[in-house]
Amino acid sequence: MSFELLHAAADSNRWAAILPEVSLGCLALLLLVLEMVLPRAAHRAIPVVAIAGQTVLLALLLASFCCASGACGIGAYLGTETFNGLLLHTRDGQFMRVFFLLTSLLVSVLGVVSLGRRQLPRVEFFSIVLVIGGALMLLAQSNHFVMLFVALETVTVGFYILVSYFRTSALSLEAGLKYLITGALSSGLLLFGIVLLYGVSGNPLLIGSTDNGMHFGELRGFLAANPDNFLASLGIVLVLSGVCFKIGAFPFQIWVPDVYQGAPTPVTAYLAVGSKAAGFAILLILVHTAFAPYAGLVIPVLTVLAALTLVFGNLAALTQHNVKRLIGLSGVSHAGFLLLGVVASLHSTAAIGAVQFYLGGYLLASFAVFGVMTLLARADGADADAIQELDDYAGLAKTQPFLALVLVIGLGSLAGIPPLVGFMGKLFIFISAFQAELYGLLAVAVLGVVVSIYYYFGWVRAALFGEPDGASKTASADRAAAPVAAKAAALVAAEPASQPAPSWSIEFEEDTPLQNKGGSAAGVCVCTPVKWALGLLAAAVVFFGFYQGALGDWLLSR
Amino acid sequence: MSELPFDPLLLAILSPLAVALVIALGLPQRASVALACVGFGLPALLGLHTWYHFPSGLGAVAASGVGGAGGYAFQSFYDTGLSRFGIMLSLGLNGISMPLFAMAGVVGLAAGLYAIQSGAERLKTYLALLLVMQAGLMGVFASVDVFFFYFFHELALIPTFIMVGIWGGRDRHYAAMKLTIYLTLGAMLSLVGLIAIYVKSGAQTFDLIALRNALALQPLGESVQSYAFGLLMFGFGILVSLWPLHTWAPLGYGAAPSSAAMLHAGVLKKFGLYGLIQIALPLLPLGAAKWVGLLALLAAVGNVLVIGFVTMAQRDLKQMIGYSSVMHMGYAFLGIACLSTVGAGGVVLLMVAHGLSVALMFLLATSVHQRTQTFDMAEMGGLAQRAPVLAAFFVAATMAGIGLPGFANFWGELSIFVALWSFSKLFTVIAVAGIIISAIYGLRAVARVFFGSPSAQFTARVGGQPLADLGWAERLPALLLLGALLAVGFWPKSISEPVNDALQSTVSVAVSES
Repeated sequence: MSFELLHAAADSNRWAAILPEVSLGCLALLLLVLEMVLPRAAHRAIPVVAIAGQTVLLALLLASFCCASGACGIGAYLGTETFNGLLLHTRDGQFMRVFFLLTSLLVSVLGVVSLGRRQLPRVEFFSIVLVIGGALMLLAQSNHFVMLFVALETVTVGFYILVSYFRTSALSLEAGLKYLITGALSSGLLLFGIVLLYGVSGNPLLIGSTDNGMHFGELRGFLAANPDNFLASLGIVLVLSGVCFKIGAFPFQIWVPDVYQGAPTPVTAYLAVGSKAAGFAILLILVHTAFAPYAGLVIPVLTVLAALTLVFGNLAALTQHNVKRLIGLSGVSHAGFLLLGVVASLHSTAAIGAVQFYLGGYLLASFAVFGVMTLLARADGADADAIQELDDYAGLAKTQPFLALVLVIGLGSLAGIPPLVGFMGKLFIFISAFQAELYGLLAVAVLGVVVSIYYYFGWVRAALFGEPDGASKTASADRAAAPVAAKAAALVAAEPASQPAPSWSIEFEEDTPLQNKGGSAAGVCVCTPVKWALGLLAAAVVFFGFYQGALGDWLLSR
Repeated sequence: MSELPFDPLLLAILSPLAVALVIALGLPQRASVALACVGFGLPALLGLHTWYHFPSGLGAVAASGVGGAGGYAFQSFYDTGLSRFGIMLSLGLNGISMPLFAMAGVVGLAAGLYAIQSGAERLKTYLALLLVMQAGLMGVFASVDVFFFYFFHELALIPTFIMVGIWGGRDRHYAAMKLTIYLTLGAMLSLVGLIAIYVKSGAQTFDLIALRNALALQPLGESVQSYAFGLLMFGFGILVSLWPLHTWAPLGYGAAPSSAAMLHAGVLKKFGLYGLIQIALPLLPLGAAKWVGLLALLAAVGNVLVIGFVTMAQRDLKQMIGYSSVMHMGYAFLGIACLSTVGAGGVVLLMVAHGLSVALMFLLATSVHQRTQTFDMAEMGGLAQRAPVLAAFFVAATMAGIGLPGFANFWGELSIFVALWSFSKLFTVIAVAGIIISAIYGLRAVARVFFGSPSAQFTARVGGQPLADLGWAERLPALLLLGALLAVGFWPKSISEPVNDALQSTVSVAVSES
């Protein structure tokens, strides 16, 4: 390729359009630099920098979002392709951008709590979370298979590290390995599908062939001209399969329970919300642009997947006692509801708004639940984070009424109980499905809701009605409170002495039992703001259930 | 209509919610109790206000032409951001909802007062949950928007689950779970039915008046009406304990704490019947015509006869009341099945009366339990000598339940029987036989609990200790309910006239046009 061609290709580069993503990347690098530059005592401030940076970015993004109609900010690029067609800036993309930035922000907050209790390197965690966040944001705006694949791989590789981040835990390492293998398989499927589509669309013997078959618009043109091409159909199915791995749709959900259980709780949250939403963002883009001419193939495939996912997710979650596995499998059923919305959106695009509303509600409620899980997770053993059982929640209402309230609101919203936001999401999906006349799927979904009540309320029941018994962690924490407090006091007293030791080295006093309801010395000061943040999330879940306001109107009107 | 400087309906919904929020934020116990009285009292006062000031002749105005207020008074609208989809917090009362709104206020106040004197563990949380439930109940009957009608029902349902699970009696965890799953299934079925009306009407609105106007111009096709009515009938039917989907009710009421049982059996359960009369009958007359045969059969044979006999066999006082409420719902279904103004009007009257009387029964049963430490009627006896006031109230409540003249229940049952006679003579005979059944179990309960000589177990348990009669803290809520029962019993016109007026313009118009 000659220099002129390159120059022409770079003509449409608009760096300002991806300023948020670039800033996230810079922030990630800044954290690494800070780790080298700052004295060790100041390292505690690095996560704060990450959180503050993301908060500022989120505020700026929202500000530019609000004047999206005007010429200022990112709104100026709406509807245009940049970077030689790699990116397409759309309204949906803007929403998902805010969504992913909020997700990575909340994961960082949870990360502070979770890592505060362990002797592990910290800064890298936040760097990777930021990089994944940036990649997710790009993913939601991709308009080209190259962009899509590179962004998706960035996300996946980041998750390979994060899933096995608790490297002293065998379960975390096992989860990392499982995620690596299934992730590689899904990437392979996706790539094979892309190659098939690229190859068949570049065949000069076919009508409408294009030399830019990776571009969604061009591909759409080709597919429209060749409605019944077998290779193209195969490619589409393979690409959808690859995406379904990310979503956790049946039968591509096999990795979900083990990986969700083994991964550190903040990472589980990232997988459950960020990775799943990413899958749906791409799915929506693909089925509405590139694959739109093949709706006759996509609709039955997704319909079958949605029905199977709903049935499997709900039935499998029924038998779980480990809350991380439970929420993982219930997440599979949420994928089913969302797939129902995607199928409905193929009949009427109004359903896209319903899917996005559902995702937004799912984000708020999920993080409320994951936040409580993170705060309650034990750290007194290598695998403690992975072994969070329903029984551990017995009597939570008596020992930690505030967290119990947040948990109940979050779970109620996930179960789709009015007046919480999760119900509104389900309602809009159901209305869209009814309008699309998907009666069979709707019946499955309704039964799914009833079944899901059983396991969600089983958890609520444990938290509200159970008696704190001797085996539960809260009681044991109380019992052990005196020695723990004494040890904490001793550690605080010995702080100057312990400073020179590298705080992350594994040899250094592995898994100090520092937590008492809140974590280490750092955790103590962290817990209260995190609780406030969780309270805010729960309040948002209730508020948006009652009142959707301009946001609901904006999302659902198209 | 007298002009208040505020919206009475919105205030009736928001005041319990606000009080619940303040209590939850950590008010001290005594202030919480005082504030809770306000939270329960205000909706009751506002309910009575709307009852007293309800304008007459609204239905005639509504029937005269499409549009306008559609027979509603006290109307107001609040945008919650979804007006584009025809979802709007639209409040108002018509002749059908007004009596139920007032009844919800009165029963709520009684339940609240009874909860305050109950001295339950963690009283503040208990009161806060009851208040949330009360807000939901007021909202159900004040909503003109079908979406919010559903929404408020669910809002009232969640506290029920929690209250049964925490403060409940025997088998409370199992009962809470069963209750929730059954009621969710019913709610989801009816939700799909409501969505069907929303989508298929083409009006893209949940506003009941707009829906009614749209469907008056262009009714739904027969098949759509048929399946939508079927969904609503079984969905609402589960919520109202239609046989054979009733099994959650006696279990749930048996386990529920008294105030929760009063509110649920008395008021919340009426949601389904109210939905059938207010929404399903006027909007889906063709569908109704197809299904009422089955509905009447299930109600007459299942709810009235089978459950009637089951009720007779109960030894547990609270279970008996729970089953009797399932049985009385059979009359309500029969009244709906008549598809006539008289029948539907009788159902509304019966709903009001049954709400008051069953709440009174649950209240008194708990008072009996406090004195005898058991619900088993075989282990009681002779209580009348030691607690005459309690006995008097209990006898009066039983008489009301049987449907003796002078109590509100009489008028409801009478109208239903009159309407039923022209619908089916066989079912009328069954229904009247049901009255005899309810007299048998009601009077037998009175005899076992209050008269005769105390059983050996009873003497052994509480023999030596002095046994207090009903105190004023318990008498006050009981008097409130009994007074309301008698007031409606002696002055049924105050309710029957607006009901009749509203039904003339909705149900009878729709049924005759089909």
